[in-house]
Amino acid sequence: MLRRFARDRAALLGGLLILFLLLVAAFAPLLAPFPEDVWQFHTQNRLQPPGADWFFGTDRMGSDVFSRILFGARITLALSLIAVGSAVVIGVPIGLVAGYWDNWVSELLMRIAEIFLAVPQIVLAIAIAQTLGPSIENVILALSITYWPFWARLVYAQTRSMRNEVFVESAVALGASPLRVMVLHILPNIASPIIVRTSIGMGATILTAATLGFLGLGAPPPTPEWGRMIAESREYLPEAWWYALAPGLAIFLTVLGFNLLGDGLRDILDPRTRRSAGAGKAGNG
Amino acid sequence: MVWLNIILNRLVWLVPTLLGLLVIVFLLSRVVPIDPARLVAGENASPSQIEAVRQQLGFDRPLPVQFVRYVGDVARGDFGTSLFTQQPILDDLSARLPATLELTLVAVLIATGLGIPLGVLCGLHRNSWLDHGLRIVTVSGLAVASFWLAMQLQFLFSMKLGWLPLSGRIEGFPPEEVTGLVILDALIDGDPEIIRSAVSHIVLPAITLALPAAATMVRFTRNGVLGAIDSPSVAYQTAMGYPRRQVVWKYVLRMAITATVTQLGLIFGILLAGAVVVETVFDWPGIGAYAVRSILQSDYNAVMGFTLWTGAIFVLVNLLVDLLQATIDPRGAR
Repeated sequence: MLRRFARDRAALLGGLLILFLLLVAAFAPLLAPFPEDVWQFHTQNRLQPPGADWFFGTDRMGSDVFSRILFGARITLALSLIAVGSAVVIGVPIGLVAGYWDNWVSELLMRIAEIFLAVPQIVLAIAIAQTLGPSIENVILALSITYWPFWARLVYAQTRSMRNEVFVESAVALGASPLRVMVLHILPNIASPIIVRTSIGMGATILTAATLGFLGLGAPPPTPEWGRMIAESREYLPEAWWYALAPGLAIFLTVLGFNLLGDGLRDILDPRTRRSAGAGKAGNG
Repeated sequence: MVWLNIILNRLVWLVPTLLGLLVIVFLLSRVVPIDPARLVAGENASPSQIEAVRQQLGFDRPLPVQFVRYVGDVARGDFGTSLFTQQPILDDLSARLPATLELTLVAVLIATGLGIPLGVLCGLHRNSWLDHGLRIVTVSGLAVASFWLAMQLQFLFSMKLGWLPLSGRIEGFPPEEVTGLVILDALIDGDPEIIRSAVSHIVLPAITLALPAAATMVRFTRNGVLGAIDSPSVAYQTAMGYPRRQVVWKYVLRMAITATVTQLGLIFGILLAGAVVVETVFDWPGIGAYAVRSILQSDYNAVMGFTLWTGAIFVLVNLLVDLLQATIDPRGAR
């Protein structure tokens, strides 16, 4: 399977991008030329264009944009990992329970999930984040609360289709407890779509989190959050073009990495939808 | 009968879904640390004045009582008054809906006009340079933060090149309102200067909004075409010696379009979520920008009104998609 992963160039690129991001986040203090610029101002250097001293220029406080981007990777990664992790931890059990039984409880659970899915996630997330007040923790909370239904719905549908499989019925007939059937028999068989959804969900969450930061609902000012950096740069366009460029590209590459990885994993884990299956069979003729 | 079933099935759940949304937003609005009575009364209000406003607005009653009262008002079409514009929420929303509708419609036209043909081409020419190239474009299009793309487009096309206006919906006086859609109204009005202004203002926001939707369209259409090409029926048609052109137009495309139609609800969701951000960056006077402003100003009556509207529109659009799908492909209908 690893070999197939290496052969899928897109998935490989995605994996490398994420590995790169992890390394950047881990070694940000060593890589950043001006690690103290995350918190310190040097107003005499403000809005300097990119050059030998400042790879991506400096911002309105005279801080090195490059250094701040590196530290921003930590915030983005931590934020999206915790938010998506909580959404998975809430959504997967709810989907399993609702899909395993067929009664009013499962009906109720899925209806609640659908209420959350009835408006765009970003709208509810903005409302919750604004209510709780601007901070990283509240952004994580807002994203988790609005994101679990996506996993609940996916796992529900998958569990439903597994429920009547012979191996599940035989496990039930042998006297396995519902918990055992769900965790040991159903969950491993529906792991692939969950993994794929989680990888793509990371990309979507990073975009939503950046949007919240852009609207001023994320961490308070000196925090080097990418979305907030872009918002700050708005009033310095068109002169300081570099200010928004680097954080935007950072968001782009990160989301691209997770999306490519998710696509690649789908092709590898789910042969039915494999992208280049049967290449040439129905060629251009 | 099939149609009736679908309609009933969806409508039966419309009310509980909206009630659920109401509960969520209502709870949010009441745990907010900001005192709405204080906001209305103004900064210099005395404690007794604030108390008077509180009683007048009903904020002093227990939560369940407030909730029942609010639901009753909404059922009668009264969404309350915006704390900031001092207008009824329903008026605010209906005044801004045409702008969002216009932007979304143009974006849908761009997204389908680009997405479906390109998706079909990619599917028919699998693994060609076109297919690979467009795959890179679509994957990238889904990874770009729309507020950042909006700013870069503003930077390039209006600040640097000066080809297109920076923001807003029209310059000078808007045309006489007939349809509420400025472009149509401008065409009715006939003044070339107004038409030019209306069209040039919508280009950048519509493109920003359409990009992720178009990328999604290309991918779904492509997969639909591939699924159709690999299907036994197409293999049969080909084996029977039908010309490829006929097989593609008559069988492959019909199957592929069905696959795309099922995703229209999803596309609509992408556009609605995108409008919230795009309208804010381009100062487009629609309900998305209104929602963001209301949220940031803690104008909770307005937020609740917007959320309900969006939920209702969303449920209705999904109903339409179900009906459309049942018409094109009756097999899946209950």
